[in-house]
Amino acid sequence: MTTRPYAAARRRLSFADKLYEVNWGLVLLIAIIASAGFAMLYSVAGGHLSPWASPQILRFLVGVVILVVVALVDVRVWMSLAYPAYLVSLVLLAAVVVAGHVGLGAQRWITLGPLGLQPSELMKVSLVLALARFLHGKSVEEISKPLNLFIALAMIGIPAVFVVLQPNLGTTLIIVADGVSLLFLAGLSWWWILPALGAVVVAIPTAWQFVLHDYQKQRVLTFLDPESDALGAGWNITQAKIAIGSGGISGKGFLQGTQSRLNFLPEKQTDFIFTNFGEEFGFAGSIALLILFAVVIGYGIQIAMAARSQFARLLAMGITLNFFFYIMINASMVMGLIPVVGIPMPLISYGGSAMLTVMFGFGLLMSVHVHRQVEIPRHSGGII
Amino acid sequence: MPVFDRKDKSRYTSFTRRSLMLTGGMTAVFAVLAGRLYQLQILDGDQYKTEAEDNRVNQRLIAPPRGRILDRFGVELANNRRNYRVLIVSEQATEGVAAALDAIAKVILLTDAQKKRVLHDVANNKKFVPVPVAENLTWEEFARINMHLPYLSGIQPDVGETRDYPYGTELAHVLGYVAAASPEDMKGSDDPLLSMPGIRIGKRGIEKTYDSEIRGGAGASRVEVNAYGRVIRELSREEGVPGQDVWLTIDRELQSFASQKLAGESAACVVLDVQTGDVLALASSPGYDPNWFNVGITPDEWKGLTTDDHKPLINKALSGAYPPGSTFKPAMALAAVQNGLKDLQVFCTGGLTIGNHQFHCWKKGGHGGVDLKRGIAQSCDVFFYEVARRLGIDKMEAAARAMGLGATTGIEIPGESSGFIPSAAWKEARYGVPWQMGETLVTGIGQGYVLVTPLQLATLAARIASGRAVTPRIAHTVGSRALPRPLPDPLPFSDEALAAVREGMNAVVNEGGTAAGFRITEPGFEMAGKTGTAQVRVITKQEHAGGVRKNASLPWNLRDHGLFISFAPVAAPRYACACIVEHHSDGHPQVQIAHDVLLFAQKRDPLKLRTAYPANAALLAPGESRGRG
Repeated sequence: MTTRPYAAARRRLSFADKLYEVNWGLVLLIAIIASAGFAMLYSVAGGHLSPWASPQILRFLVGVVILVVVALVDVRVWMSLAYPAYLVSLVLLAAVVVAGHVGLGAQRWITLGPLGLQPSELMKVSLVLALARFLHGKSVEEISKPLNLFIALAMIGIPAVFVVLQPNLGTTLIIVADGVSLLFLAGLSWWWILPALGAVVVAIPTAWQFVLHDYQKQRVLTFLDPESDALGAGWNITQAKIAIGSGGISGKGFLQGTQSRLNFLPEKQTDFIFTNFGEEFGFAGSIALLILFAVVIGYGIQIAMAARSQFARLLAMGITLNFFFYIMINASMVMGLIPVVGIPMPLISYGGSAMLTVMFGFGLLMSVHVHRQVEIPRHSGGII
Repeated sequence: MPVFDRKDKSRYTSFTRRSLMLTGGMTAVFAVLAGRLYQLQILDGDQYKTEAEDNRVNQRLIAPPRGRILDRFGVELANNRRNYRVLIVSEQATEGVAAALDAIAKVILLTDAQKKRVLHDVANNKKFVPVPVAENLTWEEFARINMHLPYLSGIQPDVGETRDYPYGTELAHVLGYVAAASPEDMKGSDDPLLSMPGIRIGKRGIEKTYDSEIRGGAGASRVEVNAYGRVIRELSREEGVPGQDVWLTIDRELQSFASQKLAGESAACVVLDVQTGDVLALASSPGYDPNWFNVGITPDEWKGLTTDDHKPLINKALSGAYPPGSTFKPAMALAAVQNGLKDLQVFCTGGLTIGNHQFHCWKKGGHGGVDLKRGIAQSCDVFFYEVARRLGIDKMEAAARAMGLGATTGIEIPGESSGFIPSAAWKEARYGVPWQMGETLVTGIGQGYVLVTPLQLATLAARIASGRAVTPRIAHTVGSRALPRPLPDPLPFSDEALAAVREGMNAVVNEGGTAAGFRITEPGFEMAGKTGTAQVRVITKQEHAGGVRKNASLPWNLRDHGLFISFAPVAAPRYACACIVEHHSDGHPQVQIAHDVLLFAQKRDPLKLRTAYPANAALLAPGESRGRG
C-alpha cells in the first residue's frame, strides 16, 4: 500500500483522503479526557446525569462533529475567514459590553439563538486565526518594524480591553498570552521583547492601583493568604485545596468525594471541577489526567512543526498554547498557586461556549494536520 | 524539511527554536503542577484529609433526659415535658443572626433581653451549634413559626424537653429548680453538657445536690453536614447516659397539705419519721414557682421574689435560724433528769432575781409550786432558770448538742444553717469576756445566743419521741442505689429522763398545758408537744411593769415568732413535727398547723403504706403488682 499517502495527492486531497488523514488517535485522546469530565459532572451531581453530565455529553458530540467538519475544510479557507471572524467577534464583544446579560457579576454573555454565547471565547480562536494570518505574510525583519508591531498589538489590545471591561480578567490574560506568544513565535526581535518584559514589571503596581476592580484585588490578597479569611473570600481556595489534598495518593474513589457532594466546593461543576477529580482519584488520577493533557499538547506542537506554511504553524501553535493556558491557569488556580480568575478546565468543566470553542479549536488544529502539506505563498490571502 | 521559500527558511528556524523554548516552558509548568499535586496530596494529604473530615463531620451533643425526682410512693415531683422551642443555627442564617431574630420577632413575641441573650450565645458557640431563641412556646406560636419557616433562614423549630414541676410552689424549697449554667458553673466542671446552649442544671435543692446524677452523661451524634451545616445523615450515634431518678422520703400528699396550711404566713413546717428521720414533709412559706426559673424568670418576677419581706426564696425550714424559746426546754429537762434533778421543785413568783437583775417568768403572777412535769406543761421560766443555774452552761450545751442542735443535720438539701449553741469557751474567745450566770439562765429558756432551725427542732422532737439519735434524711434512692441508712444510736439519756420529758410534753397538750386548746381529740391520735415564743424585740422594764404589748398591736416585723415541736401518737410516737410561724398574731397558729398536719399524717399514715422505692420492686415476686400497696 504505497499509493495511499498523500504524496500522490499532494495538491488535491479527496474527501476520503482527508477523512483518513484526520488524526483519530488525537480525537480518541480528546474523547477520553472529555469522558473524565462527564464522570466528574456525574459525580458532582450526586451520581446523576442531570443536570450537567447529559447536556455536556450532547455538546461534546456536537463538538466532535464540529471538529471533524472544521478539520476537513482546507486550511486556506480558514485563512480567508480569519479577518471576518475576528471582526465579527469584536462586534459581539462590543455588544456584550454595551448590552450583555449580567451573570456572576460580570457581563459576559449574549443570547444567540437558544444558547448563551460568550464572545470572549470566540475571540480567543478568532484572534489566533487573525494574528496567524497577519503574521503569515511577515518576515522576521518585518515583524519587528514598529508599524507592523503596532497593528499586531492593536489586534491583541482592542479585544483585550473589551474583555477586561466586562470584566473578565482570566480571559483577558489568555487573549494577551495567546497574542504575545504568536508574536514571539513569529520571530519578534529580542530587542522588543526584553524591554517589554521590563515595562510589565513596572506596570503591575500601576495596574493594581488603577485598573483592577476591588473584587479582583480581593482575590489577589486572599490568594496570598487564604487562611486569613477562611470563611469569607478565602473559602474557595481553602476548600479547593482541602478537596485536592484530601484525595491523597489514590483518592477517595469515584462518587466518594465529600467536598463537592456536600457543597464545600464553590462552582464545583465549572471552574473547580478539577478539585473533585483530585479528591476522587487522588495523586495517581490527577497526574494521569495531566499526562493526557500533555500528550494532547505534544500532538499540537508536533502538528505545528510539521506544517509547511507559517499560517498553519502559527495557527496550530496558537491553538495548542491557548489550550495549554487554560489548563495552566485553571489548575494553578484550584491548587492555590495563583489567584482565582474564573477560567474553566478545557474539556472537563461544564459549559457550552467553552466546549464548542475548544472543539472548534481542535478542528482547526486537525485541519492544519490534514492539510499540513499545503503550501501557502507569503503574500497569499487564502483561497476565498 | 517542509520549507519552500528562502525567506521562510529563517522564519521556520526561528519558529522551531522558539516553539522548543515554549515547549520547555510548558514542560516546566507541568512539572510545577505535578509538584504542587505531590505537595497537596502526598506531603500534606493527611492534614487535608483531616480538614475534609472536619468539614464533613459535626459532632453534636445529645442532652440526656434529666432524671425524675419522685416521692416515696413514686409520685413524680419533677419530670420532663415536651418543650416547643425555636433554635437558630448562625451559619444557616444567610442574612445574619440579627436579621433572623428581627424576622422571627414578627411571628412571635421576642423581647430585647432575649435577643441579646441569643446574640451572646451565638457569639460563644461554633457556627453550626443550634442556639435556643425561644422556648416553651404554645402550640399556636409553634405552628406559626412552622408556617413562616420558608422565610426564616437559619431557624429550626424543635421539640425538646424541659423540666416541669407539677406541684410548683409546694415543693419549691425541697426540689429547688434548674436554670442555665453560669460561667462559674462551667469553671469547675469539664462536662461538655454544660456548654451546650439551652442546657439547664440544678441550682438549688435536690436538683442541685444530686445534679450530677440527675443530669446524666452527654451522648454524641456524629453527623455528616453539607457546607451550609445542613445534616445529611447520621454517621454514628452514641446514646448518652440518661439521668438517674432520685427518690425522696417525702410524702407528696402530706407535703401539699402542710404547704397549704402555711399559706399566707412566713412560716416553716417539717414532719419526720421519728424512728428513721425520714423527712415526710418539709415546707417553707411563702414559696415560689420553680417553673419560672426554667422558663426564664422575668426581671419583675425576680424583683418580686427578692424584695418580698416574707422572703420566698429562703428555705426557712433549714436556712432560717431562730431563737428556740421554750421549745428548748425539753432538752434542758432531759439534762436535768439525767443530772439528778428529776424531783426538783421550784416556787415560781413570776420572777427570779440574780444579783441585781430581775429574770421574769412569762406569767406575771407566777406559777406557784412547779415540778418538772408542770414546768414543761406550763412552760415555767423560773423553773428552767433554776434548772439552768444548777446544770451550768457546759451540761446544757452538751444536752443541746446531743439532741441535734448547734450543728447541721446533714440533710441532702444545700444551704442548711447549723443554728447555734453557745458555750463559755466560745464567749471568751469571741468577746474576750467571761460567761455570765445571767446568760446561763437566759439560755435555759432558749433565749440569748441560742439559734435553731425548724429542721433541728423537728429532729429534737423525733429524738425525744424515739429515744434515738435520728438525723433527718430526705433522699432515699439515687438511680437504683439506696443511700445508706444506719440505725440511729440510742441517745445518751436514760429511759427515765425521756419518759419524764414525754410526759411533760403530753401534759402541754392533753393535761391543761400551754397548748391545751389544740388537743387532738380523736382517740389514738393524741399528740404531745411544746410551745415556744421567740422575741424579736427588746421588752423594756417599763413594758414589763405596765404589761407586755400584745402582738396584734405591733407592726408585723416586730411581733414574736411562734414555735411548736410535737410528736404523735403519744402512746407509740411515729410522727414528729416542728412548726414555726414568723411574727405571728395572737393565738398559736403554729400549734394549730402542727395539730392539723399531725392529724392528717396519722389518718393518712404514709409510714404504713408500702413505698415504691426501686429496692422494693426487686423484692416483689414475679407477677405481683407494683401498686402502692
